[in-house]
Amino acid sequence: MTLLRTFAMFWYDFIVGDDWRVAVGVVLALAATYGLVRGGVDAWWLPPVAVVLLLGLSLRRAVRSARRG
Amino acid sequence: MSSWVLFLTVFLACTVEAVEALTVILAAGTARHWGSALQGAGAALVALAATVAVLGPAVSLIPINGLRLVVGALLLVFGLQWLRKAVLRGSGHKALHDETAAFADEVEAARAAAGGGRGAVRDWYAFTLSFKGTFLEGLEVAFIVVTFGNNQKDVPVAVLGALAAVVLVAAVGVAVRAPLAKVPENTMKFVVGTMLTAFGVFWATEGTGAHWPGSDTSLLVLVPVVALVALGCTAVLRRSGPGAKNSGGTPSGAPVEGSLT
Repeated sequence: MTLLRTFAMFWYDFIVGDDWRVAVGVVLALAATYGLVRGGVDAWWLPPVAVVLLLGLSLRRAVRSARRG
Repeated sequence: MSSWVLFLTVFLACTVEAVEALTVILAAGTARHWGSALQGAGAALVALAATVAVLGPAVSLIPINGLRLVVGALLLVFGLQWLRKAVLRGSGHKALHDETAAFADEVEAARAAAGGGRGAVRDWYAFTLSFKGTFLEGLEVAFIVVTFGNNQKDVPVAVLGALAAVVLVAAVGVAVRAPLAKVPENTMKFVVGTMLTAFGVFWATEGTGAHWPGSDTSLLVLVPVVALVALGCTAVLRRSGPGAKNSGGTPSGAPVEGSLT
């Protein structure tokens, strides 16, 4: 069980990394883009906007967390 | 994307990871046994080559739009991780990766560990330390080689970029026999993070079925825009960072252990 847990933790750390919200945000943004494209809107602009927001929010969380110690 | 951009992106990513792997190998060799440390590194390189050989053809079987969506999303998450760390380090909110300190820590831990060998390996600890360091640092590069290479339908150029970096870092490592502390690691991470994020957002967006204005040429805008956003974040955070209050600019926070970047 410990081996399985270690294996799962390794892949979680490898793919998701320090901030899981970024990974979730990327998935949600791409899902929304896909939905808009299916609905006839060429939403190429949505992922870049999401990237700027996700990076900014992730950095803000990291800085706040570092300040709290 | 030209072959040169593909080559350069993989080369830079691989150089960063190779420098970190070299630190571990040097520590294992210096503190324990050089032969076992080199055997470990060699075994890890063989395992990485096998990973690329298996994953490469498997990834190429996925339909191109599905591949671009999945690979783009993964590269985007990866790229944002690299950029996040580079911005935090560049602005003084996270300690810069110090290869000299990392080397000293590894040497101390290696000296304290018990000895003993298995089969052709005289020092099992040196072998496993070297294998783990090389394999873990190389896995991320293998992922980049496979995804970039398949998306650009040019795996050989991606492999060449990785090999060139490994050969260069290994040659310098053998020449100086010391951790490569002078490599501008954070700057390189910043560049690679920018490339991964820009290409990730480009491919993932195409994978959803959306069309970029100007098609591939939009990358010429995307890459500098991502770089400017990250540089802007660094500048803003630097003003509010520990260095702004403390003239010594001592960075707060320790590097995250176990991080692959």
